Amino acid sequence: MDIHVTVERTDEGHGVLEVRGEIDMHSSPRVREAQIKLLKEGARRVVVDLSGVAYMDSSGIATLIEGLQWSRREGRDFRLAGLSPAVRDVFELARLAEVFEIFSTRDEALKDA
Amino acid sequence: MAAGGSVSIRIPSDAKHLYLMRRLVQEVSLAHGFPEEEVRRIVLAMDEACSNVIRHAYEGDPGGSIDIEAEPIEDGLRFTVIDQGRKPDAAAIAARALDEVRPGGLGTHFIQMVMDEVRYDTSPERGTRLCLLKRRKARGAQEKKG
Repeated sequence: MDIHVTVERTDEGHGVLEVRGEIDMHSSPRVREAQIKLLKEGARRVVVDLSGVAYMDSSGIATLIEGLQWSRREGRDFRLAGLSPAVRDVFELARLAEVFEIFSTRDEALKDA
Repeated sequence: MAAGGSVSIRIPSDAKHLYLMRRLVQEVSLAHGFPEEEVRRIVLAMDEACSNVIRHAYEGDPGGSIDIEAEPIEDGLRFTVIDQGRKPDAAAIAARALDEVRPGGLGTHFIQMVMDEVRYDTSPERGTRLCLLKRRKARGAQEKKG
């Protein structure tokens, strides 16, 4: 099962991590690796675009919690965008939907609050 | 997919094969009348159960095997996950509290949230049989919930 992970920088200097595919125990290390690289590049805001993710398990949630905690420590914004109903349901099962800043689309997440 | 009998799949204890198990569980659950939202959660719980086997029973060794069976019962499905690896200890399979935001430890919580019964049988000479039971909700109960 393939997963596609791409990293972009916007003109404003924000970082975007786009993931497409299914995030499970096999694929989450690739997401984590790309996320760490992007966070360490020093973007003031990181947006994880999950609009192409049809499935996520607890290892995906753990990866995103790690990104959130790192960002908080470093005083950065860490935002999620484009959650499918299936992925949102996993956040709700984990009672984490309120912990993250979640936006409908990548563009909304990139706008200043 | 026939709704009558049991179906099973054997996968290596390698996470790259988990998607095969997910496809089977999804199709069987749909065929037995679970609504789509419930099917997604059943798939998640089974994925977490098999991931735990890979992580803990086989300690990441991809050379083992995991047997997954789905058996129809009167009001739902009984899933069995069988491994030949290290037996779990009680502390390792306890769901963690959710009052702390930290990575890891959510899988067992998901299994217990989703399934109606979760039973670990460590009596086989080798490995563990994990039995997971999921009942269909009565139509009235689903409507009330929705």
